[in-house]
Amino acid sequence: MEAFGLLLHGFAVLLTWKTLVLMMVGLVLGIFVGVLPGLGGPNGVAILLPLTFTMDPTSAIVMLSCIYWGALFGGAITSILFNIPGEAWSVATTFDGYPMAQQGRAAEALTAAFTSSFIGSLVAVLLITFLAPMISSFALKFGPPEFFAVYLLTFCSFVGLGREAKHKTVISMSLGLLLAGIGMDTVSGNLRMTFGSAELLRGINFLVAVIGLFGISEILLTMEERLALRGHAASISLRVVLSVWKDLPKYWVTLLRSSFIGCWLGITPGGAIAASFMGYNLAKRFAKNPESFGKGRIEGVFAPETAAHASGTAALLPMLALGIPGSGTAAILLGGLMVWGLNPGPLLFVEHKDFVWGLIASMYLGNVVGLVLVLTTVPIFASILRVPFAAVAPMIVVSCAIGAYAIQNAMFDIWLMLGFGLVGYVFKKIGIPLAPFTLALVLGNRAEDAFRLSMIGAGGDLKVFWSNGLVGSITTLAIVLLFWPVIDVLLARVGLTQRSEPEPPRGESPLDSSA
Amino acid sequence: MNLLRPQRLMSKTEIVVDDPTAPEDDSPSVVSSGTIEIFVCLLLLALAATLGYDNWRTGASWDSTGPEPGYFPFYLSVILGGASLYGLIVALVAHRAAAETFVTRAQARRVMAVFVPTLLFCLATQFLGLYVASFLLIASFMRLVGKIALWKSLLTAVVFTAIMFVTFDIAFDVIMPKGPLEAAFGH
Repeated sequence: MEAFGLLLHGFAVLLTWKTLVLMMVGLVLGIFVGVLPGLGGPNGVAILLPLTFTMDPTSAIVMLSCIYWGALFGGAITSILFNIPGEAWSVATTFDGYPMAQQGRAAEALTAAFTSSFIGSLVAVLLITFLAPMISSFALKFGPPEFFAVYLLTFCSFVGLGREAKHKTVISMSLGLLLAGIGMDTVSGNLRMTFGSAELLRGINFLVAVIGLFGISEILLTMEERLALRGHAASISLRVVLSVWKDLPKYWVTLLRSSFIGCWLGITPGGAIAASFMGYNLAKRFAKNPESFGKGRIEGVFAPETAAHASGTAALLPMLALGIPGSGTAAILLGGLMVWGLNPGPLLFVEHKDFVWGLIASMYLGNVVGLVLVLTTVPIFASILRVPFAAVAPMIVVSCAIGAYAIQNAMFDIWLMLGFGLVGYVFKKIGIPLAPFTLALVLGNRAEDAFRLSMIGAGGDLKVFWSNGLVGSITTLAIVLLFWPVIDVLLARVGLTQRSEPEPPRGESPLDSSA
Repeated sequence: MNLLRPQRLMSKTEIVVDDPTAPEDDSPSVVSSGTIEIFVCLLLLALAATLGYDNWRTGASWDSTGPEPGYFPFYLSVILGGASLYGLIVALVAHRAAAETFVTRAQARRVMAVFVPTLLFCLATQFLGLYVASFLLIASFMRLVGKIALWKSLLTAVVFTAIMFVTFDIAFDVIMPKGPLEAAFGH
């Protein structure tokens, strides 16, 4: 029950006017970002990060995480009303949400979406509250070899479990790790890969890369699409809300199943996109009359939304406990931690109790406030889509440039952002996933330091990664995951496994997540 | 050209936004995905070779205290090079079969309509400061690309730039690059 006491302390940290106002601002900005085409959760958080540079870390993380919750809520609005998923993880929501809106049940669908989002997040936050302190206190015993093994596990699971062509994941990841190494080497003090350039001395900032990769490239991609839309305006009355909530207990199996899927895929690098499709497909498979899915069935909204939110929230668990982000947005929050001078990792729970428990408390509070906020303001946010993209696009470009410049006060970073925008555009179009790149860029230096410190400690003997049961099993698991596709084929040949995984339609890749 | 201008038809239950200049579906392909993939793989291969050489020069072996600074990145360059080479071969083999469109002419035109102004904006930021560049970008993009009324474009640009200035430079003390205009006002 120690966690409970600390959580109450967290609420005490949170309940000041300033924090509550920041929370509201964050939520509104987040919903805004979620609704607008060409902006998503990670971009929103990355672009708005500079606003928080002068804040204290607790206020900053509260505002940023609320932007994230808001973006998660916002994605559902456009999916249901316009059949346009504002976010990739809302694609599955359109299958039944839009038919419901066509039948005049938009309010019902929106309430279902927001409520199930709320439930999904809540389950994941409960998991974080009780599991994260345990994992982090366990991880306090970790030395450099253990940490390197965990990093290796993260990287290998991306390669082994991703749905993209393996060599493309490897390209993305090794490129990210290489770019992370540019600049001053932290162990020896030598310069690496700078080619005599003073600008490269600082290294390539992770956040600048993210703003370009997700912000600028997303605008370029959006322009290729037909931007016409036609949809339903809706407002939600209290009567509808209550009637949906009254029926909620009937769907407890669906909600619980999706929550579990979401939590699992959030912690492992499966991501919210995979979670939402899996939640939807499983709900369909276990339903008595699966053919009624896709025609406006409320469970078809509950299942993917619960899973997507549970996953988006659970992705913060490994970030808090181990310093390893479970999603793109979590990676950006991790980048934020470093800017505010906090050292991500298990020590966070010991050294910065206020920060950690304030953040966890804000997850509870932010979701409650967010639910009320979206239920009451849907018509306003739906009408944002009336603003022409020709006005929105240049504003996003300016915001991206401000964000990129503010991180290190360097004009070079604006150019770098533009370059990464082009890279992101091309990579997305030829199917090179960006999530491994982001992860590698933020973890690269830490992974390398852990590797070299273990080597120094062990006198250059690679056997250190199998020196005890813990590090040995993590390293072995990492290697098994790396070669999982091969092992899977071999097992299938022997007839041990049956491949029955539901494939997401439209070629959506779960790992190229903007989650 | 009436790019991106939404025609709003207000009704009580519907929100309708049109996109009259949306890229046509039958627009001819400019370049195929396979060609771009080959090009990207070649670029990555060159990058891997350059970085690999630089790291090898820095020192990519082991000394008494463990790996030298170039060790980790050197082997990463090798991995990157290997994966790009594999990608190159796959793309070359697949290239003879079906050609998937990377971008159509209509799409390329629209993408350029955003990319070129963004490039000019970055240039302008370098010489005129961010706020002037931001005003120019928003006003001209809305007017020239979006064909939105001049007064609306100018007003939006002024208001947005002013909000940014107040939020960042004044409220949050995040200082943006300035140009001659701000200097004239003593910033």
